[in-house]
This record gives sequence, C-alpha cells and structure tokens, in this order.
Amino acid sequence: MKQEEYQELVKELTPKEKRVSHALIAFVSGGLVGVLCTIIFEILSTTFEMGKSSATVWTVIILIGIASFLTALGFFDRWVKKCQCGLIVPTTGFAHSITSSALDYKKDGLITGLGSNFFKLAGSVILYGILSGFIFALIKVVFYG
Amino acid sequence: MASFKYDNVYLNDGFTIAGPYEVKGKLSNFDMSSDDMYFGEKTFEKAEVKMQVKAIDSLMARNYLNDNQVDCLIGGDLSNQITTSSVTAAKYRIPFLGVYAACASFNEALILGANLIKLDFKNIVCVTSSHNLNSEKQFRYPVEYGAPKKECTTFTATGSVAALVSNKESKVKIESATIGKVVDYGIKDANNMGAVMAPAAFQVLFDHLNEMKRSGTYYDLIMTGDLGEIGEELFKKLCQRQGIKFNKYFDAGTQIYKSEQDTKAGASGPIALPLVLFSKILPENKYKKILIIATGSLHSPALVNQKNSIPSIAQAVSLEVLQ
Repeated sequence: MKQEEYQELVKELTPKEKRVSHALIAFVSGGLVGVLCTIIFEILSTTFEMGKSSATVWTVIILIGIASFLTALGFFDRWVKKCQCGLIVPTTGFAHSITSSALDYKKDGLITGLGSNFFKLAGSVILYGILSGFIFALIKVVFYG
Repeated sequence: MASFKYDNVYLNDGFTIAGPYEVKGKLSNFDMSSDDMYFGEKTFEKAEVKMQVKAIDSLMARNYLNDNQVDCLIGGDLSNQITTSSVTAAKYRIPFLGVYAACASFNEALILGANLIKLDFKNIVCVTSSHNLNSEKQFRYPVEYGAPKKECTTFTATGSVAALVSNKESKVKIESATIGKVVDYGIKDANNMGAVMAPAAFQVLFDHLNEMKRSGTYYDLIMTGDLGEIGEELFKKLCQRQGIKFNKYFDAGTQIYKSEQDTKAGASGPIALPLVLFSKILPENKYKKILIIATGSLHSPALVNQKNSIPSIAQAVSLEVLQ
C-alpha cells in the first residue's frame, strides 16, 4: 500500500472528535466558572465594600488559589477531563498548569526540576499574552491615540 | 534473511506485575499487583524500578536460580536512556544487555535471548516494564494536568514482566523469530500510535511468512502488541489487501481494559503484549501455534514537535505450546 493511500485509510478509520459536544460542555463549565467569579466579585464588592479594581484582583487571586489547591489535592485533573476546556481556558487552567508541572518536577530538585519546569505549559500563555498585549496596545496608540 | 529457527529454546516462565488500572480491567491472572501507582516508593521512576526488581526476583526464586546461574539479563523500557532497566540491572551480578525498540522491546529481548541460547547460553532473563505516569510525564503533559485526550489515543499500561528463556525443555517453545524493519508511512500524530505502528506490524508479518514459507493460517493465533482499536483495524485492512488470512487475530492492547475505564483506544506500552501473553493466552491453553508481534513507535517529543513523521518497528516471535 502506498503512503498516501494508507494515510487516507487512517483518516477514514480514526474516529472523529466530538467537537460540538466538547464545545458545549466547555461552554457550560467555563460559564459556570464565570458565574462563580461573579458571585465572588459581588460578595467582595458588597459585603467587603471593595472598589471595582481591587475586587477584580481579589477574585482572580481566590480563583487561582482554589484551582491550585484542588490540583494539589489530586482530583482537579479528573474535573478537567470531564469539563474539557471549560476549566483550562479560564485563569483556573493557568493556575492548574503551573501547579501540575510543579508537582511533577518537585522531586527533580528545586532549580533543575521545579524551577525550570514551573512554566512548562504556562510559559507560552505568558509570552504570547504579553506579545499580543503589546501589539494591541501599539494598534490602539497608533490608530486611536 | 532476518528470520531464525530454533530447536532448543524454551520460554520457561514469566512473572507478571500489574498496576491499579490493569487489575480493574479484563485480565485477572496476574502474579502480583498493586493498587498504588507509587508501589510504596517516593517517585514514579523508583516505582517502575521496584516493579522490575520484584518481577526478576520472583521469577528467579520460582525457578530456583541465583545470579550466577543466569547468563544474561536483557531489558528495555520507555524511560529516557532506558534508565529504569539499567538501574534494575545494577542490583544484580548478571551481565546485562539494554535494548530499546519502544513498545517492541520485549520481543527484541526475546529474539536476542533466543539467539544467545543458540550460542550455548543456558539461562536468560528478559525484562520489560512501563508506567503510565512516567510515560505521561515524558511524552505528554504533567501527570496532574489531565489534558483532554483524542479518541484515538492509547493508554500506557503500568506493570512489569520478567521472562525466563533457556535451553531446558518446557511447555512453551520459541520456535522461530523475525527481526522487523523500521517503516515510516508518514504519520505525524503521536496521539494515533496505532496508525503509526500498524504498517510495521504488517511488514514483519509479511517478511516472517515469506521467509518461513508459511501462510497466515499456519498460526492458531496472531497477536500484535499495542496497536489499540484503530491500529487493529488498520492492521487487518493491510493484511486483507495483501491476501493474508488468519485463524484468529487480535491486538493485546484491546484485551487489557474494560470499555468503561475511559482508556480510549486501548492499552499501549512494552508491557501490554507480555502481560496478555502470560496472564491470558498461555494459561488459557487454547492456542498451540502463536505468533506474537510486538510493535513500537520510535518517537521522541522533539521528533514530534518538529513535525516529522514517526518511524515504527515490530518484532515477531513464534511460540509453540507443546503437549
């Protein structure tokens, strides 16, 4: 069998990913994280009388804290599997990627293991986050002053 | 010719150790199992070494052998630079050959061992292991990350098997073997290892049957290593295309987990084939002539990240169960 013919056969026999159902699951679970954020935000701004900006910062911190804690307890990965990208795309996923890398590599030493692998997955998010922030800021300054 | 015939080589015994997922699966006949992925150790790497050592120790004890009576230890696994097998070998005073053919390592060890017996070696221990979380860490994402997986992904099995090959007659004879060629069919997706390896399995089967002048129906059972559900289908199609017929064929990767275990396309890892062989096929005693084809996807994270196609290999060993 020729290579191209085989690759066609592979395409035919490989099951299709359930993209629609995955997207719906991610939409709902990601939405629930958003609802949780709003609840925390409301509590902070009404009960604790925080200003909008500090309430936002504290909401993110609390969410990161919860996600990291759950990763450390060892069952957040099971939730991620069920919720698809609903838990990975929000800031909970960012925290989870760092904590899970840290857990994997802590036994390889503080510098050679934990330190150098801490941002193994999150590194791309930081780099391209900053880069796109810079580009959009530039566009804003050039075109809108 | 890359095929060998053997007159006096026997597969005397195999000691199997299985991890927590495997115990909950379809197989039950393991010699030892653990419900702890750490096997009582501090790291997963040490856990894998411990499995290998336990398997070798128990095998040698069961066959009344000490270090001096074993002429060679042949081992391979999936860890970087096969450190697991090397660390294991350091615990014995037995000459060591380390092999790497990814998930085909066990058969490669068997072929090497059988040829050494042909050269008048007496007892050889072949060992292999894999650990799901070590493989996840090395080839995929951090263990606790739990990234969503594709439907075609296979699940690395956890366990270890040590097998004794010798010239002392026993129930299972290693009858012949064929060394496989590395093939590359241009598949670049490391998540679809069944598709990567199926052509290699087909190639070695084709060569084996040709060189031994046999047909596929000569064997009561042909069993591939860890192609998984998709690879199994692809392998069947490739054989069908070539007109190779079987009496019975299945892939060991599809025999380990139950469907509700969410292991996607089935089990993979060098351990998949020997685990099914020693805890199901040989104890069942249903088949007399068995061809086992272990399959290996020869990739590294760098090869895949640089978008190269993945080469694969398979090694075939023919076993005969004597009356």
